Amino acid sequence: MQSSRNTLSSLWQALFGDPLRAFGLVSLLLLISLAIAPAKNHFSEWHHYQKQYLAMIRGRGEAITLQRHLQEGIQQIWLPEIGVVDRCTTCHVGSKETSLADVTTQPFRRHPVIPHRIDQFGCVMCHRGQGPATTVEEAHRSTLAWEQPILPARYIESSCGQCHRGALAGTPRLNEGRHMLARYGCVHCHTIKLPDGSTMKATDDPPSLSHIADKTTREWIYAWLKDPQAYAVSATMPNFKLSDADGRDISAFLIANSTPVPGDTAPVVTSKAPPDPTAGASLYGESFCASCHAVQNAAGNVVGGDVGPELTRVGNKVKPEWLQVWLRNPRLYDPGTGMPHYRFNDQQAGVLAGFLQNKTDSDLLANVHLDPPTPEQIAHGKTLATEYGCASCHEISGIKKPENFAPELTRIGSKPVTQLIFLPGMPHALPDYIAAKIRQPRSFGAALKMPQYTFAPSQVDALTTALLSLTERSQTLPPALTVAELPPSNYQPAGKAGRLITDLACFSCHAINGRGGDMAPDLTWEGSSVQRQWLKDFLKNPNTLRPALIRRMPKFNLSDDDITELTDYIMTVYQTPAFDRDSMPVSGYSPAEVEQGRGLFYSKYGCQACHIVDTNKDKGYIGPTLTQVGSRLNAAWIYYWLKNPQVLRPGTTEPNRNMSDDEARALTAFLMTQKGSGKQEAKK
Amino acid sequence: MKTRAILIAWLGLMLCGCSHKRTGLLVGNYGTTIVESSGGKQIGAVGTTLTEPVVVQVNDDQGTAVVGAPVVFSGPAGVSFDPAIGATDASGQFTTNVRLGGMAGRYEITASTFTKAKKRVDLKLQEIALGYQQEVGFQIDEKYCTRCHSPESTPERVSNYDNLEVKPHAFTEGDTLNKISDADLTAIISYGGPARNKSALMPPYGYTLSKSEIQAVIAYIRLISDPPYQASGMAYAQK
Repeated sequence: MQSSRNTLSSLWQALFGDPLRAFGLVSLLLLISLAIAPAKNHFSEWHHYQKQYLAMIRGRGEAITLQRHLQEGIQQIWLPEIGVVDRCTTCHVGSKETSLADVTTQPFRRHPVIPHRIDQFGCVMCHRGQGPATTVEEAHRSTLAWEQPILPARYIESSCGQCHRGALAGTPRLNEGRHMLARYGCVHCHTIKLPDGSTMKATDDPPSLSHIADKTTREWIYAWLKDPQAYAVSATMPNFKLSDADGRDISAFLIANSTPVPGDTAPVVTSKAPPDPTAGASLYGESFCASCHAVQNAAGNVVGGDVGPELTRVGNKVKPEWLQVWLRNPRLYDPGTGMPHYRFNDQQAGVLAGFLQNKTDSDLLANVHLDPPTPEQIAHGKTLATEYGCASCHEISGIKKPENFAPELTRIGSKPVTQLIFLPGMPHALPDYIAAKIRQPRSFGAALKMPQYTFAPSQVDALTTALLSLTERSQTLPPALTVAELPPSNYQPAGKAGRLITDLACFSCHAINGRGGDMAPDLTWEGSSVQRQWLKDFLKNPNTLRPALIRRMPKFNLSDDDITELTDYIMTVYQTPAFDRDSMPVSGYSPAEVEQGRGLFYSKYGCQACHIVDTNKDKGYIGPTLTQVGSRLNAAWIYYWLKNPQVLRPGTTEPNRNMSDDEARALTAFLMTQKGSGKQEAKK
Repeated sequence: MKTRAILIAWLGLMLCGCSHKRTGLLVGNYGTTIVESSGGKQIGAVGTTLTEPVVVQVNDDQGTAVVGAPVVFSGPAGVSFDPAIGATDASGQFTTNVRLGGMAGRYEITASTFTKAKKRVDLKLQEIALGYQQEVGFQIDEKYCTRCHSPESTPERVSNYDNLEVKPHAFTEGDTLNKISDADLTAIISYGGPARNKSALMPPYGYTLSKSEIQAVIAYIRLISDPPYQASGMAYAQK
């Protein structure tokens, strides 16, 4: 102790004993402290990168231009209205240099072409990370103080979704993810509020279970609950990983709780053995069931549409008498179904039901043996159905749809990492957490209720992308800075025709006034487009206009009254304001005009690339066949379509040719002479 | 005492590390060549996993598949493999899922195996990553171009290629398309084939697509062309 004090005092004497020496020493210390700031800059990472950049551009042809663009020192993009303070361009100096396209080393790479300018949006808006940071580590990774890491490239589209509420051409994964949130029923349990105050709506239509005993057996319900994908690989119902006892009790409850559908649902008396064993398959094909329903083939591929449920093992599921009633008129069992009312006669319904009833898998229910349920089991089943939130998706009489059943996801994309509980071994980042939750929800705790979905890795990425777009910023952005989605349409046609359109489920395939599917042409302006007689004939017996398509308009066996009703309605109501449908004559064009049109069709515009006028010569089949176009379409529609098809049907495949009025008129004249009748077609 | 404990712990850790590595490469057999079975030349978005896995096969001198031969995948920064290392299965093949890097462009990935003499044999495969602009181009191609420009048909989308008197060029046909300048491609897409003395069967898209959309299509065509497109006028002396 004494010796150390001695040493200190002698050191003090040696340094500050002499005033001159003390002054010199203090000056030196001052000088060093003044040099710290510039030295820190000099040895900083960003200065190192700026020097490297200068060295890199020195050898290039446009070195002088690049050097002039370079601003040394810390650079900052400051956008107060969207809360952006970004210093990324301090190191990413070449991000705006188009001539650096061949440079692949970071941080000097040119930013790929996007529709936005960096100085208007900054970097962290899209890439996340810490904008104000000036070291590589703090800017890109999560540290103790700043926890927002850079967003991996595979989720980058989520950033577009913060401002763009609707689908964009360049963001297929975001679009798919948003579609899945609605299609797979995520939003039945999880509330997602949109910035405009509305709530995201589900687009799936889980069936009501109130009359389930009419439709299927307890054994099938049990097998389905245990593993929905064993019944249909494309089933969207997730697996709740129920125990045998829970499956037994829920199935017991659902059957016991079911009440018969009121009204006339007496089963049809099937004529014994259909006259032709292939009749069922033919009717299935003629009715274009495969446009909406898929069947798994021997190779394991699911072939067909995904509008209705997969039918690979439908014979295991439905009761024969229910199926016949359903095929005769599906709306008796489910008034809101997307399945059209086909107006099959009793014999057709019987044949088709017999065909579908044979689609079975003997293994599916082979090991399901259920004893008659006890009242305790039924009561327990009801408790389970309530606890698992079955009523969030399905209507079940006696159980109310629960509110806020699962955590709200409105701001999930901004959830702080500190609020997440990670599994051992997984990266501590929000995207990884969300993806893991979707992939295997129960891995976060066996008692969790979220079921197991069967998603492909790309689907998990898409869903994660869509969820990451639900950020704090997306909720708080001024509306002026966002790009709104087209509001959903709840268009409903009126009157008797409106009821027919609902009964035939036209909206399942066709869109009208913004509502409906995209499988078939938009009918919003069908009345301006077609001729009355053609429409009547088509509704009576639809023959395809596009031979290359496998999905076609089915025959609904409509009565003459129904056809007249529908035709009148379509011809009167679905009219475009863009032109007068009688502004062009149906006939009376001069032969010279017709010949000019023919020339334009075959040489100048090369229409035969996509359309067929002469079946012996033309082969194109991207657009509809035009052999009878003169008796199908309205002359004024043809004329204005040729002038600009994109105006009449936005997004149609046919490009705008920028035709002159004379040319459009001549082509209309030529096309109106194409009146080849259907009978001649049949002969060929 | 303390030092000895630390030393033992350190040795233990080292051994663990070594033994882990050894099990990873524990293989019994060796081939002489490595060939692609499937999965090359795929197109995916930046940062995403390719839809099809990459499958390679290790063969011996006679060309028969070798079971249990080592395979190691490697690629440029940002590319990851699941799994990156392993041995060929019962059919002599090794399958891996490839996740592309975060930058648009071509990625050359290497699959390697080792001969009995510890000599490395490489197989180079190319995969393509689409950035935002190329992705927009791809979407437009899917909607407007591909049914004529690609001879491939699917049940959902039948190709129109065979119906055309003058055959269009597939967008991967680098031998032809690489010789057409950006300006000429823009003219053909905007004003149709006749704008550059090509067939009138190619319609104009300049009145339907915007300028940036047409640029996106060209960016997409340039990226997927085979052989790869080399931009002219971009060659600077590299240090």
